[in-house]
Amino acid sequence: METIVDRVNGFVRKVPTWAVYIVFLVPVPWLLYQAQTGGLGVEPIKALEHELGQIALQLLIIGLAITPLRRYVGLNFLKFRRAYGLLAFTYVSLHLLVWLVLDVGILSQIWADIIKRPYITIGMAGFLCLLPLALTSNSWSVRKLGPKWRQLHKLTYLAVILGGVHFIWLVKGFQLEPLIYMAVILGLLVLRLPKRRKRQAVPG
Amino acid sequence: MANRWINTLKDKDVTPEAFFLNRRQVMGGALAGIGLVGMGRAASAAPEGLEPNSYEEITSYNNYYEFGTGKDDPGKYADRLTTQPWTVQIEGMVDKPGAYAFEDIMKAMTSEERLYRFRCVEAWSMVIPWNGFELADLLNMAGVQSGAKYVAFETALRPDEMPGVAYNVLDWPYVEGLRLDEAMNPLTIMATGVYGKDIPNQNGAPLRLVVPWKYGFKSIKSVVKITLTDTQPATSWNKANAREYGFYSNVNPEVDHPRWSQATERMIGGGLFSKRIPTLMFNGYEEEVASLYTGMDLSKQI
Repeated sequence: METIVDRVNGFVRKVPTWAVYIVFLVPVPWLLYQAQTGGLGVEPIKALEHELGQIALQLLIIGLAITPLRRYVGLNFLKFRRAYGLLAFTYVSLHLLVWLVLDVGILSQIWADIIKRPYITIGMAGFLCLLPLALTSNSWSVRKLGPKWRQLHKLTYLAVILGGVHFIWLVKGFQLEPLIYMAVILGLLVLRLPKRRKRQAVPG
Repeated sequence: MANRWINTLKDKDVTPEAFFLNRRQVMGGALAGIGLVGMGRAASAAPEGLEPNSYEEITSYNNYYEFGTGKDDPGKYADRLTTQPWTVQIEGMVDKPGAYAFEDIMKAMTSEERLYRFRCVEAWSMVIPWNGFELADLLNMAGVQSGAKYVAFETALRPDEMPGVAYNVLDWPYVEGLRLDEAMNPLTIMATGVYGKDIPNQNGAPLRLVVPWKYGFKSIKSVVKITLTDTQPATSWNKANAREYGFYSNVNPEVDHPRWSQATERMIGGGLFSKRIPTLMFNGYEEEVASLYTGMDLSKQI
């Protein structure tokens, strides 16, 4: 008998990857349109910056959920993992671009912020972690790098943690939302830990 | 005694109501026409002063964490706050302590308009045409005793009406404080209106403090208690993070917030392409208030 998991997996097999790209890129023109027409409020720059950053973090979390979903639930979204990674990188880049050009826009202040403001330093570090991953996301790099590719792409874990810390660190006062993001991130990372095998006593 | 401080920005600088209500449509139309072209506010500022922000801007972009931490939360939820009846408890080192009804305060005070710059600690700013009276007049009404050195303020705390206080973002109720000479300075007002209308709830109805040379969080909203004291009172953001928010919190472009620069600010209302502008010492009120801080190291006593 076909289970729900089988049905979902069957559906996923039929969905082309480009559809995922299209669906998740729709917010970009939509947000730009909203920012221009007042839909993001009277301070659209910060609103746009925050929206893009938050979507980036959500996409990284989706990417992080793929392995545990397969391992514990049997759902197989593996074919979308590269798409989610590249989409997350796209949103992080746009988030950074809005900050650089629209938000700060003053070169000396940008540099001072990156060095002096820990949450910005951390955000930049997260972006730098993602950069080589985006560059080596093509199939040619996967073949070329072989086992090293897997090692390199473990940088995602660091990047997503940095993203979560970046979010926690930028809010004022004690706020719940960034802590929930961090809890989800850490939860998903814990699920990937290899199951600890009981060591057998070695007869001495 | 009112009108101690005369604004160089006159009534005529205030955008007429018909115009500020229409400005968004005007801007919207212009933007649609030009496409992705930024409209810098600085360029359109009146030569003799600043152009006030629109009523919509002033009432839709607020920090009032009792109603939520989103900028639009106060605009969405603050209408739940009951502002009638309203009393202000004035106590401590005063000759006539007691509960003062808002109506009685208004009868005793002379209301005037003050067009002030408003600079948030988050590095955004507005220009707001407040209506209100000088805090000094209210304090004198209660009779300040000679030993008083500070004024403590408290915001209403109504869990039934304020969805944000369900979360311990800050230690509720919101409290603020000023040194007595700061409180008595003619620039310091209790605002009860914006653009000649009763002040909207999201802006701190029915009356809120406005101290234009300090970061916005010092200008406590919806005040229910004023206490004259001889010891420096606790203030909410200082309690939450003393390293980032000092008791004084004067606008100072040379002293950065530990997490961001205070050298520049963004004026609200310039759209997606508005540029940052330099922040002014004491938010542009240096002439009026710098003497209050003579001999103080403002980089240490933040």
